[in-house]
Amino acid sequence: MNAGAAKANDGIVQLENARKIYQMGHQEVKALDGITLTFRRGGFWAIMGPSGSGKSTMMNILGCLDRLTSGQYILEGRDVSELDDDSLSELRLRHLGFVFQSFNLIPQLTVQRNIELPLYYLGWDASRSAERARELAEEVGLEERLGHRPTELSGGEMQRVAIARSLANDPEIIFADEPTGNLDTATGEQILQLLVKLNEEGKTIIMVTHESHVAVYAKRRLHMLDGVVERIEGDG
Amino acid sequence: MHQIKVVRNILLGIENLLLHKLRSLLTTLGIVFGVGSVVAMLSVGEGASKEALEQIRKLGSNNIIISSIKSIDEEAASTTHSHMSIYGLTYEDHRRVAETFRTIRQAAPVKLMRKEGRLGERSLELRIVGTTAVWFELVRRPVMAGRVLLASDDKGSLPVAVLTEFGARRLLAGEGTIGQKLRIGSDYFEVVGIVKSESGQAGNIQIPDQEIDVYIPISVAQAYFGDINTRRTAGTRERELVELHQMIVAVETIEDVEPTAGGIEHMLGRFHKKKDYLVSVPLALLRQAEATKRTFNIVLGSIAGISLLVGGIGIMNIMLASVTERTREIGIRRAIGAKRRQIIGQFLIETVVLSIIGGLIGIGLGVIVPSLITFFSGMATVITLASIVLPLVISGGVGIVFGLYPAVRAAKVDPIVALRHE
Ligand SMILES: Nc1ncnc2c1ncn2[C@@H]1O[C@H](COP(=O)(O)OP(=O)(O)OP(=O)(O)O)[C@@H](O)[C@H]1O
Ligand SMILES: [Mg+2]
Repeated sequence: MNAGAAKANDGIVQLENARKIYQMGHQEVKALDGITLTFRRGGFWAIMGPSGSGKSTMMNILGCLDRLTSGQYILEGRDVSELDDDSLSELRLRHLGFVFQSFNLIPQLTVQRNIELPLYYLGWDASRSAERARELAEEVGLEERLGHRPTELSGGEMQRVAIARSLANDPEIIFADEPTGNLDTATGEQILQLLVKLNEEGKTIIMVTHESHVAVYAKRRLHMLDGVVERIEGDG
Repeated sequence: MHQIKVVRNILLGIENLLLHKLRSLLTTLGIVFGVGSVVAMLSVGEGASKEALEQIRKLGSNNIIISSIKSIDEEAASTTHSHMSIYGLTYEDHRRVAETFRTIRQAAPVKLMRKEGRLGERSLELRIVGTTAVWFELVRRPVMAGRVLLASDDKGSLPVAVLTEFGARRLLAGEGTIGQKLRIGSDYFEVVGIVKSESGQAGNIQIPDQEIDVYIPISVAQAYFGDINTRRTAGTRERELVELHQMIVAVETIEDVEPTAGGIEHMLGRFHKKKDYLVSVPLALLRQAEATKRTFNIVLGSIAGISLLVGGIGIMNIMLASVTERTREIGIRRAIGAKRRQIIGQFLIETVVLSIIGGLIGIGLGVIVPSLITFFSGMATVITLASIVLPLVISGGVGIVFGLYPAVRAAKVDPIVALRHE
């Protein structure tokens, strides 16, 4: 590492004048309008803001699912703004985990096979994957459910399976888009506790929510409005 | 390690297809019939060729067979009493044919007759061929005991006889019979050998040694029995004067067969007033077989082509539906880190597995159909390894060709769009 990268070293995720512009006919929608921001390693962030403020867009960019129109995105000291589709897939596979509002489990596959999915693409063999899936299921308290299909589970259980899956590749960052959006308050709380625990174990967590009672679990809250960062609260 | 992965991918593909058993099965019907037709086509073609080759082996590929036939007006006249029919090939024809054509290597004259025969206690009507040593070179059969006729037998007019396997069986003769006397008519012949014989019909040409019991030198046949045959049938007495009943001619190379046959036909036409001879060419059987093969290839090939096309489109259709149905699944896999080409691989394997399953069912069908063809039409069919492997490769190929577009469509799914919660 050279001296210039020293700043990048403690920031796991950095945006430099990041812009995402959608062209809708003649109209431009500036979903991200020149954001410069650093997320530090080990943080737990809640991205907040009203509908249409650019939260999901931000999440897609940070999760390497989408590319900036202009500006830079530096992930772990590496400029990923210009990477091609295969390289972005590789980054997601090795470094990132995702949890979605609608769980996004594959209904035909058992809980075990859902958890194993990232390992399959990492090229793990079947017995090692099965062992890892069992460990992860234990970690989220679902070792009894490995042979079930997602449709046989409650919402909270499904979201725990999704979290187990997001942990399979031992990611540095977990992205959670409205992870409690489809859950009742009590169940949502369990899920948030799980995320807090993972953060304490060292995972960087970036969560989108528009509910302040959810956002309080995060160490820092980032408020967005019309594609720009309005303010940041909290510390850690 | 890599192979394990391929196997695992195939198993995953099968698993996915099993989720929609009936749909998958119906989808493959086109492939089933297409592949079935290919197998049937190949086995019928193979059977026709094999049968023709077998027949030609019995007849001799370089041989031309010229037979005496009763012309139609002769046939009509022979029903009247004490009429003598005179027709067919002559000794002169034999000499002329043998000397005229440079392409002819050897020519064997054949005289047929039926005479009362007796060997030991056994006595029956024998079917006798008078010929020369050349016969045994043109109609090659293994010698079972003793020897065949020699040129010296004919030259010296020796009263010797060679039995066919068939004749030996009728006369209850065996190896011990060699050297014994066989009475034909009122003359005695020494049995000098037994040769194997073939039977059966080769297309519309008769196998030369079918229904023959004994060979004797032609010079002896002519001297002892003359050229007139008398046949008694239900009250009438038919008398015929036929010098030679057949000539078997061998040419140097296969290329000479047809020009020479044409030449012989032309030459006989000039010397015979009536068409009382027939020139047949065993090689023509091969052409006949090829014609059969071609007809079957056209019919079954078109069925196969259309079925495979329809089958392929059916599979493409079902896979496109599957891609749409599974958009979210594709999005999940992509978000997790699957590369585009892995998605392509997943769908392609699924399509290929589907069409190969169809192919296997089709091969099963294609194996049954030829045996039905053989059963009902008597046509020979042969199933070779190629007639199973080729259709399998074709069905795999159909899977790849028609699976590619749906797979590419799957890979183009944008995970952001696919995962947007409803
Ligand atoms: N694919 C797209 N094409 C065009 N415009 C888009 C597209 N995706 C997002 N936008 C626009 O970009 C802006 C930001 O959208 P984004 O989905 O990031 O908002 P959000 O904060 O996640 O809202 P919500 O709370 O409703 O999920 C919106 O105005 C939206 O209409
Ligand atoms: Mg959103």
